[in-house]
Amino acid sequence: MTGMNTPASPKLQGPLRTSYWQHLCHVASENPVTGLAFGLFALIVGMALFGPYLVPFDPLDTGVGPALQAPSGAHWFGTDHLGRDVFSRVVVATRLDMLISVSAVAISFVLGSIMGCFAGYFGGWTDRITGRLMDTIMAFPLFVLAMGIVAAAGNTVENIVYATAIINLPFYARMARAEVSIRRNAGFVQAARLSGNSELRVLFGHIFPNTLPPMMVQISLNMGWAILNAAGLSFIGLGVQPPAPEWGIMVAEGANFIISGEWWLVIFPGMALMLAVFTFNLIGDGLRDLVDPQRRT
Amino acid sequence: MNRRDFLKGATSLSVGASVLPLFKILPASAASQETAVVVIGGTINSLDIHRSGTNRSSYQVAINCYDRLVSFGTKKMPDGSLSYDYNNVQPELAESWEISDDGTVMTFNIDKNATFWDGKPVTAHDVKWSLDRAVSLGGFPTVQMKAGRLSSPEQFEALDDHTFRITLPFPSKLALPDLATPIPIIINSQAAKAKATDDDPWATEYLHRNPAGSGAYKVARWDAGQQLVYERNDNWVGGEIPGYQRVIIREVPAQSTRRALIERGSVSASHNIPNKDAKELAAKPGVKVVSTPIENCIHSLCTNLEFEPFKDKRVRQAVAWSIPYQKIFEQAAYEQGVPMWGGTDTVDKIAWPQKSPYDLNIEKARALMAEAGYKDGFEVPLSFNLSHADWAEPAALLIQQGLADIRIKATIQKIPGANWRTVALVEKKLPLHLENFGGWLNTPDYYFYWAYIKGNLFNSYNYDNPEMAQLIDDTLDMAMDHPDYAANVKRMIELAFEDIPRIPLWQPTLNVAFKDSVEGYEYWFHRQMDIRVLEPA
Amino acid sequence: MPPMLDKLRKVAFRLLQAVPTVFGILVVCFLLTRALPGDPAAYFAGPMADAESIEEVRKTLGLDKPLLVQFITYVGDLAQGDLGMAVSTGQPVISELASRLPASLELTLGALVLSFMIAVPLGVLAATRPNTWVDHICRFLVTAGVSLPTFFTGLALMYVFYYLLGWAPAPMGRLDMMYLPPESVTGFLTIDAIIAGEWEILGAALAQLALPLITLALFTLAPIARMTRAAMLQTLGSDFVRTARAAGLSGHRVLITCAFRNALLPVVTTLGMVFSFVLGANVLVEKVFAWPGIGSFAVEALVVSDYAAVQGFVLSMALLFVALNLLIDVIYTLIDPRVGEEV
Repeated sequence: MTGMNTPASPKLQGPLRTSYWQHLCHVASENPVTGLAFGLFALIVGMALFGPYLVPFDPLDTGVGPALQAPSGAHWFGTDHLGRDVFSRVVVATRLDMLISVSAVAISFVLGSIMGCFAGYFGGWTDRITGRLMDTIMAFPLFVLAMGIVAAAGNTVENIVYATAIINLPFYARMARAEVSIRRNAGFVQAARLSGNSELRVLFGHIFPNTLPPMMVQISLNMGWAILNAAGLSFIGLGVQPPAPEWGIMVAEGANFIISGEWWLVIFPGMALMLAVFTFNLIGDGLRDLVDPQRRT
Repeated sequence: MNRRDFLKGATSLSVGASVLPLFKILPASAASQETAVVVIGGTINSLDIHRSGTNRSSYQVAINCYDRLVSFGTKKMPDGSLSYDYNNVQPELAESWEISDDGTVMTFNIDKNATFWDGKPVTAHDVKWSLDRAVSLGGFPTVQMKAGRLSSPEQFEALDDHTFRITLPFPSKLALPDLATPIPIIINSQAAKAKATDDDPWATEYLHRNPAGSGAYKVARWDAGQQLVYERNDNWVGGEIPGYQRVIIREVPAQSTRRALIERGSVSASHNIPNKDAKELAAKPGVKVVSTPIENCIHSLCTNLEFEPFKDKRVRQAVAWSIPYQKIFEQAAYEQGVPMWGGTDTVDKIAWPQKSPYDLNIEKARALMAEAGYKDGFEVPLSFNLSHADWAEPAALLIQQGLADIRIKATIQKIPGANWRTVALVEKKLPLHLENFGGWLNTPDYYFYWAYIKGNLFNSYNYDNPEMAQLIDDTLDMAMDHPDYAANVKRMIELAFEDIPRIPLWQPTLNVAFKDSVEGYEYWFHRQMDIRVLEPA
Repeated sequence: MPPMLDKLRKVAFRLLQAVPTVFGILVVCFLLTRALPGDPAAYFAGPMADAESIEEVRKTLGLDKPLLVQFITYVGDLAQGDLGMAVSTGQPVISELASRLPASLELTLGALVLSFMIAVPLGVLAATRPNTWVDHICRFLVTAGVSLPTFFTGLALMYVFYYLLGWAPAPMGRLDMMYLPPESVTGFLTIDAIIAGEWEILGAALAQLALPLITLALFTLAPIARMTRAAMLQTLGSDFVRTARAAGLSGHRVLITCAFRNALLPVVTTLGMVFSFVLGANVLVEKVFAWPGIGSFAVEALVVSDYAAVQGFVLSMALLFVALNLLIDVIYTLIDPRVGEEV
């Protein structure tokens, strides 16, 4: 539909090369912002994996301190309206947030690529039906559609994941379709076909790997959106159920305390949220460098 | 631009017949002396309280723009603030009334000076048409009329232009107070009938946008979803002429925005503010907060008797002994309200609401759980209405921790407002939930009628006790000075505490914040702002 | 002229293709609202309603009929331009949309213009100095903008500029209560004020717009700036720019006349997506600033399962997008002979 959803593909090339790793190191050293992003990414993954074992307090315990205390030595990020430790909650929330964004993006990536590949490879009715379906999804303002789905299906973590996956689906489907359709008659594909590979094998064994690099960019950008999306849903009351710590709901709840001056309730989860989205966005840019230095944006 | 252009504005619903001395730009001084601005969180969706679908925020139009036959007087609360007085019925459109000795015939003499906004005198025929409308349209108005034993047009009769008679099937103490609720408003029947059609004999479409009353304020402008502008009716006879020429009700959905507005002094009042804001704003200069305990209302935790473990009274009692009441009162209510726990073992008064005998006592709770065979606890979802999240969420989290101490594993469930009514009140299938029913008519038996009789709406926990049902049936219409009244109510309270399907947490307050320059606010059971009594200092 | 006719045929074909999409939107929209939990009849019958009165309300709302009948009635009404009544606000949906759409569009378009004015120069700046600290800072700034939830940015701005400093007016909708809106011509207060020559009202309307506008603009800087930068890099590296340089044109002229003008086309086409992005974000910003737009209307309607209102909102939004994308596609088809078969 628009140029951004289906960026022109990099030059036709074979399967992924191992020299990507070298290129990555090169790009990271060349571009300090991307280097920073990969550092932050490692930190976030570390927090998601080990956070719950490292925090000083139980994130759900309402009795660890007096309510609404400003940051101090005992509670680095202060305490919330129920006397819970904000630092512990922010750290522990990483896991749930990563879970939501990773699984949402994984679902839309897998489904979207399959649909897009078939549409692009076989064309005809497959293409038309997929195209119309994606048009229908794209026709809704994305956040509003997510809102509707979660409201209709009930606000559980799974439904937030599904809703986020559905609204991201068209991006992958379109991209896969575009990447596949320009390659379906390329030389290496013809060669693979002549050497007796089945159609599916050609599609997923030979063509699909080539679509991965631009997809990686989309994935990292969508990871950021997924978190923002969950936060927005929380703000209108459709997010994760309490008392689970989640950045979005913490920001949404904390936002009510800005005017009364309890800034720490919103600033710290907000910073964490921002940092994560920021990291994914920067990584997306960095990956774009890897994929196609010409089109770096 | 002139007035006509203004009324023509595509975004506004103009209301005819009203005079609008609005300036294009209000002089700042006039702004605070003549105009009050009130912010609310809800949205006004109709100017006709009888229409189906009219929401709670819209009731204020019935209160401020229409008159009833009678109203309630005013009393001073212990903290010096003002409240309506349930035990003091006062004239509004009826200048006097008589009740027959057997209590079944009420005759009202209508004020001969009363006129509608269009100048027509208010007659008994208007009263007849209006009350007929309330009992005929169905929905909430009809239910509320029924509570006062008013259910059929045959009960209403215009004897002459200024005498109106109501006949009751049997005497009831609820009839007269029910006439003072926002429902039985007196509508200008000629104006309405002129707009009625065969499909719409009660002119719901017309009155939805165009109030036609005799009340203290007219609606000068209604921009649905944004604001409602009231303009004073200087010919009002139902009470003292109000202090403000114009009152603007602005809808501001975000709670923090509302707080910023009142704290900065941009508005005159903010209605129904959260407990936390009430506590903090009270300490700020330039703002005053009036918090009034809401009559006949208790925030409660309800245990559904359809849920297997809660069938056993001892389990329900164990739950009641495991709740950290004090902590909830501090962290969910911010100490705005009246504690409803830690009372005496025996019921010795009939005031309602009153403290339950329960308190936090984990030992007792554990013993009861063991006795009932649930030593190892069970799992149960704990639900609350998303619209009540400001108090229900912290309360639910603290209850969850209390229950964990007696090995009941509660998982929290937020339920959106639209869904709430269906699953909680109509289908009654939430095992454990937070509820905040309050009765408009302020007698204990009225509360018990709605909350403790099987099948009634606010008995969301399927409580069924023949003794209780019998007591309520006997008492509901009984006069309060009847010799059996006190004993019956006392027994009801005893049963409610013994069987404890509904565990009282605290009696909530209605909090309203004002700029220092606004005086006269009065609390009403309907929990809407009665702007007629507001005045500039 | 055959090529022109061929293009027109393609345009017609593209328009025809939108039909199933619109129908799909109708179905999704209808099913989604019916899937919303809760019983609107019970909700709108009020707190004290008994089973009987709930049934009456259900009948008034037409919810007692089978789903298929409801759908046919809905499509039939729609064909006559009747979107039904929004029970939550008590107004016909069509008049709600008519009064609220301009408010949302004023905000959205205003934010896009503002963001365009900032993001495009930033993108150009970054493209002319790729991989320098200027580039990195630009990238850092715009990414930071898109990384914050809009409701958070909105509240923070409000806290600083209204609550603490008192520079911004009270966040209570489109116009301060002290002013009366100008005569409605376009529905856009700012434009109406200009038409009416009411400069004071224009000022007041702009003052109310400022904070929500900045909030939204911050959020949209990133996609526009990135696209500008990418497009600029591409055109700067292309043959014709090199030729122009070789022909001795000054750096500035090459940048403005050749490169920038060519880079603008892909930037404009991304606006469709950015628009979708902003309208979604609008929902949250409107809530914070009590902005009487369609977003805030939809959130409230959704929470109370107000079918007609949600349907009307989603439908109008979706049609807006279809129209917008059609427009972009059609323009493309007309300009570029290669495009057309691709969707």
